[in-house]
Order: sequence, then C-alpha cells, then structure tokens
Amino acid sequence: MSATTAPVWTKVRQQPGALTRLFDWKPFLIFICLLPAVGLLMTFLTYPLGLGIWLAFTDQTIGRPGVWIGLENFVWLAEDPIFWGAVFYSVFYTAVATIGKFALGLWLALLLNQHLPMKSLLRAIILLPWIVPTVLSAIAFWWIYDPQFSIISYVLIEMGLRETPVDFINSAWPARWSLIVANIWRGIPFVAISLLAGLQTISPSLYEAALLDGASPWQRFRHITFPMLMPILAIVMTFSIIFTFTDFQLVYAITRGGPVNSTHLLATLAFQRGIPGGQLGEGAAIAVSMIPFLVFATLFSYFALARRKWQQGESND
Amino acid sequence: MTLEITRRTALAVGGSALVAGSAAAQIQTQPATPPNLPVERGASLRMLRPVRFVQPDEEVWRANCQRFAQQHGIEVRVDFVGWEDITQQTAVTANTGAGPDIIVGFDGAPHLFSTKIHDLTDVATYLGTKYGGWRPLAQAYGKKGDQWIGLPMGASGGPLIWRTSALKEAGFDTPPDDHAGFLRMCQALKRINKPAGFALGNAVGDGNAFANWLVWSHGGYLVDEQGAVAINSPATIKALEYLRELYPTFVPGTLAWGDISNNRAYSAGECFVTQNGVSLYFSMKNDPAMRALAEDTQMTPMPKGMIDAAPNAGLTLNAMVFRHSRAPNAAKALLQFLMEADQYDPWLRANIGYWSQPLNAYAASAVWDSDPKISVFRDTMNNNFWNGYKGPITEGSVAATADYVMVQMCASVASGVATARPAAAEAERRARRYFRSR
Repeated sequence: MSATTAPVWTKVRQQPGALTRLFDWKPFLIFICLLPAVGLLMTFLTYPLGLGIWLAFTDQTIGRPGVWIGLENFVWLAEDPIFWGAVFYSVFYTAVATIGKFALGLWLALLLNQHLPMKSLLRAIILLPWIVPTVLSAIAFWWIYDPQFSIISYVLIEMGLRETPVDFINSAWPARWSLIVANIWRGIPFVAISLLAGLQTISPSLYEAALLDGASPWQRFRHITFPMLMPILAIVMTFSIIFTFTDFQLVYAITRGGPVNSTHLLATLAFQRGIPGGQLGEGAAIAVSMIPFLVFATLFSYFALARRKWQQGESND
Repeated sequence: MTLEITRRTALAVGGSALVAGSAAAQIQTQPATPPNLPVERGASLRMLRPVRFVQPDEEVWRANCQRFAQQHGIEVRVDFVGWEDITQQTAVTANTGAGPDIIVGFDGAPHLFSTKIHDLTDVATYLGTKYGGWRPLAQAYGKKGDQWIGLPMGASGGPLIWRTSALKEAGFDTPPDDHAGFLRMCQALKRINKPAGFALGNAVGDGNAFANWLVWSHGGYLVDEQGAVAINSPATIKALEYLRELYPTFVPGTLAWGDISNNRAYSAGECFVTQNGVSLYFSMKNDPAMRALAEDTQMTPMPKGMIDAAPNAGLTLNAMVFRHSRAPNAAKALLQFLMEADQYDPWLRANIGYWSQPLNAYAASAVWDSDPKISVFRDTMNNNFWNGYKGPITEGSVAATADYVMVQMCASVASGVATARPAAAEAERRARRYFRSR
C-alpha cells in the first residue's frame, strides 16, 4: 500500500452571492415583504387622507389649484351658522338614531333568539333593509315622505283622520325626525343580527343555573345577558356610530339638506360645498372636522364600553 | 359613445339634407365673410355635450358632425354626458390640459376657464352678421368684455305654466303682470283650492329660477356691475316681504320640492300654476291620458313686476374650444358649421322647442309655428338677466347659484325661520365668501 496522499476533501462552502446575502439579511427581508402592503396602504389610504387634510388648508376650487391659506377655512366655518347647524344635527342624528337602533335592535335580537317556527327564514327577512342598497331605500322613503304623494298621508286622508297631507320634510323638526326614522329602519337589522350572534354565544348553563336560583326574567337579562353581550355591544356600537355619523345617502336623496339647511349632516354639507359649490378646500375642511368626533366616538366605545368592570361586575377589575 | 354611422343617422343625414333647401329659404341671412379657418389635415376632434332632451336632438347633432367630418376628411367623435357631470368634467379638462377639444357646457362655464380656451370672436362676429345678431342672453354668457370666449348654441327657458280652467274659475283670463295682481291671483286660486306652487327647496333649476325671478323682478340683484355683493338691498327686502304674503297661497310642501316635484304635482292636478321648462308640457301632450290637461295648459312669461320684461336666465348651451386642442381651426370650423342654417335649423326643429336660438334670424324657424303654445320659448334668449346678474360672470356667481344662496334666502323667509332683513344679511354673508378675491 503506497502511501498516497489521501485527497483532502474539504467541504467547500460556496460563498453566497451578494444578492443572497442581501435577502438573508433580516431587516431587508422584512422591508421587502412589507413593501406591497405598505405601498397599497400609502396609495389608497394615506395619500387620499393626506390630500384631503392638505386641501382643508387651501382655497382650492374645482377649476383652479389652491394656495395654502392656513386655518382660514376653519375660521370661516367657526362663524358659519350652517356649519354649526350641521354639527348639531350630525350629533343629534347619531345619538338619537343609535339609541333607537340599539333599543329596537336588541329587542328584536332577543325575540329572534327564542324558539320560533321558521326561525331561519325570519332572520333572513329581518336582514332585508340592510341588504337593499341605501339609495333604493332612500328613494322609497323619499316617496313615503313626499309632500304631495305620501302613502301615509293618502291612507290617513282616505280614512278620514286628516284633511291635509302630513308635513314630513317641509319644515325643520319634522324633517329631522323623519330622517332619523329612516336611518333607524335601515340600521336595525345590522344591530339585531350582530347582537343575535352575541346572544348565541352565551352558554345556556348560565341561564339554567340562574333559573335554579329563582332569578326573574329581568334579573337574567340584567345579570347574564347584558354583561355577556357587552364586548360585542361595544364593537357593534362603534361601527354603528361611525356609519351613522358619516351617513350621506339617506339625507342627500330625501332632503338634500333642506328645508333651509336644517337637515345637513357634516358629510352632506361637505359634499354640497365641495362638489356642486366647487369649494373643494372648504368641503375638505368640513370633512376633516368630522375626524375628532369619530376618534372620540371610537375611543369612547373601546375604552368605556369594553371596560372589564362594566362587563363582569363591579369588583372584578 | 363614439360616433358610428347607423341606419338611423344615415337617414337623419338624408333628412336634414332634404329640409336644407326649405330652411335656407326661411332663415333670412345677411352677406358676411366667414373667417379663414383652414382645417388641419388628418385632424381628429372630440366633443363633449350634455345629454339630449329628446332622441332626435342627438341624432341630428351626430349627423351634422358626421357631415362635417366627411366634408373635411377628418374624424369627429361626440360624447354625451349627464348634466350634473359636465361642469366637473370641464374643470378637469381645463386643469389637466387634456381631453376633449370642444366642450359644450352650461351658462357661464367659458368665463371660469377663459385662460384655457380659444378666442371665438371671429366665428361669433361672422355668425352674428350673417344671422341678424346675437340675442342679449347669448351676449351675456358668450362675451367677456368685447371678446367672445364661448359660442352660445341655445337656451331653455322657464316661463309661468298655468291651467286655463283654474284661472278662469278664480276670475282671471291671463296671469297679471304686476306683483300685486299676481298675489291676488294666487290668493284667489288658494280660495278655490286650486293653489299655485313654486319650488323653494334645493332644486338647481326650478329653485334658482323662482328665487331669481322674485329678486330680479323687484329690482334686486346679487352683485353689482363691479362684482361687489349687493344682495342686502331695499329691493331684496321688498321681494322677501312680498314672498311672505305669496308663500301661504302655495300648495303645502314647496320647501321640500326638488326639480321634479312641481312636474309631478302639476301633472297630478295638485298644483295649478308653477314655473317650469317646456318638458312638463310635452310630457303631458305626449301622454294620451293627460291630453286634456295639456290642452288646458298655457305658458306665458313670469310677471315682469317692477321691470320692463320678465326676468328669466334660461339654461344656456355654451361651447368652448380648448387651447390644448391640436386642431383649433377644425374645432372652430365645426362650431361655425353647426350654427349655419343648413345644420342649425334642422337641429332646432328636432328639439321641438326645448332649445331656443341665440341668433335672431332663427326666430323665423318653423319650429316656433309647430305648436302655438310653445311660442313663449321663441324669445328665451331675448333676456337681459343671467345667473350672477349684474356682475361679471365668475367662479363666485357659479358657486353661489350651485350653493342655493338666493333660494335659501327666500326659503328661510317663506318658512318663517327668518324675517326679510336677517335673511338678506345672511345671503350677503354667504355671497361675500364666494365673491371674495384671492
């Protein structure tokens, strides 16, 4: 056996290319992977929002580019009774409609949670007002509230209960209430179905235990149903407040903010000033002024309604 | 919607060629030299126009454009867009410097974009000389100073429309021409439960038409000749106090009326006197079930009140040629071609009265003899009032109209939310904002 030099086998590790090394570098990899999502968000969320906020500080109109005018739009709005009217009605509309939707929606959810014949069909029918495109239901309400051709006025007059058509949208307060009724009608299904989902997650054993302890229906509702429903109630209420506060279609299709600007919401006023009126800057300023209200509503729902104390009784922090 | 030759358009071309002979005979012309507009070779034009009232409007328009294209061996494409969209599309076109070569917009649109469009003085001067001169409303919307920046092509007016039988029952043969008489008529109609009704809601067309009539016929105006806000005047306050007396005679609900509401109420026999365009009459005339109502209907100018003629700024088609066009001569030549008798008269007749001519000679068009009831529209453009009267047409006057400054001033007094003085002051405050200089 001749001593031959055994071939030295060393594991040759290929030096990785620059590109491979780059992709192996974690910070870069994270950056690359996030890029599509960030790009989408920047293009479709941040840019329009940023542009809207920027426009609010310019005097841009449809037809000519604007220049920076600082807070001038907001100063003007602060002295504009129509703007404050819209702020008042937006808050009033949201508050009353939300209370109405939740009272009726919770009631409906409790009813639907009972054992009823044709339960699924009933639940599907309940959803109809929510499924119908808002503009369609708005046009239906527009006819229902028409000063001359309202079906309600017609029925009342035919029955001999009234002599003249009902004034639904021809003066300020009736118009405000009429719109709130239309919004409640439209919003109930969303609340009812969401709360129904919440109700069905409550374990029946809790009710059985309560029954054995001799709890009354009210006590069962107050101490089991309501606390157990709180988390979902908070979420649904947040969404509902946001939808209601930013409502546009119902008001624009039924009254266009009239009579005499008494039913403008901030969204309809922003559109009216910005697009038909051509004052893009001012319209944007009105839209931007909605942001604090929405942030407040969201924070209120999350931090107040979702507090564990509220959900699970006084002593459990 | 691109221009395609269908059997229908081909027929319309033939039809308009046939009637051309009779049209030329009827429309009196004066000798005039057309401007020298050599059409660019291989040009391709795009035109934007508001949608039609009636189907033949579109057919004849397309056929006319097609003939121009064939004569010059170029391409012409016409797009029709909704009325609400035309202002925004014009603004985008003007700001981006791209898009249609020609836009037929509404009213004062060329005044907003006067730096972005071509001067049309040569074409307008030629047409004016040839066809007996431009009517006052055409001059108001078409001219900036001595320069023509837009080419008005027609206007649609809003006279008083009323039921002969109801007026007779109330003791009137025709509506009185003065404010006091008109108020008495409305009160009498209310007593016999056949009330009048005028839109006071956010109705772009009808609401502004009535509010403008009310203020103008009392001698008031939104801005003065220099463009300074002048709405808060004794004349306006007088107008608003008049409305306070007039409003209780209206059918209930007019504060919530949109543009369509008075048509519905009138057609249903709920309202017997209102102000509207010719569409209401035609919708009744063309419906066999409503023929009787159409026959009972008359249209006359609104009461002229304290001035010498009824003020009514008709909705005006106003064409402009953009500077970004690569074929400005072709664009101007096309507009001129469309306004010549061989093209314009058939188009006017196709519109059966919806649009009324800006050039005096076309008052002789056969369209105005087709139905005696529509003859009130013959002189729609013989009117000295425009939206934003009596100032220069600016962004401010357009915005103030679109934001219902005048309508809401009237509505707040009618509804009792405000009295005349505060309402006029509020309108002044809002108008100042729109007319502020930059």
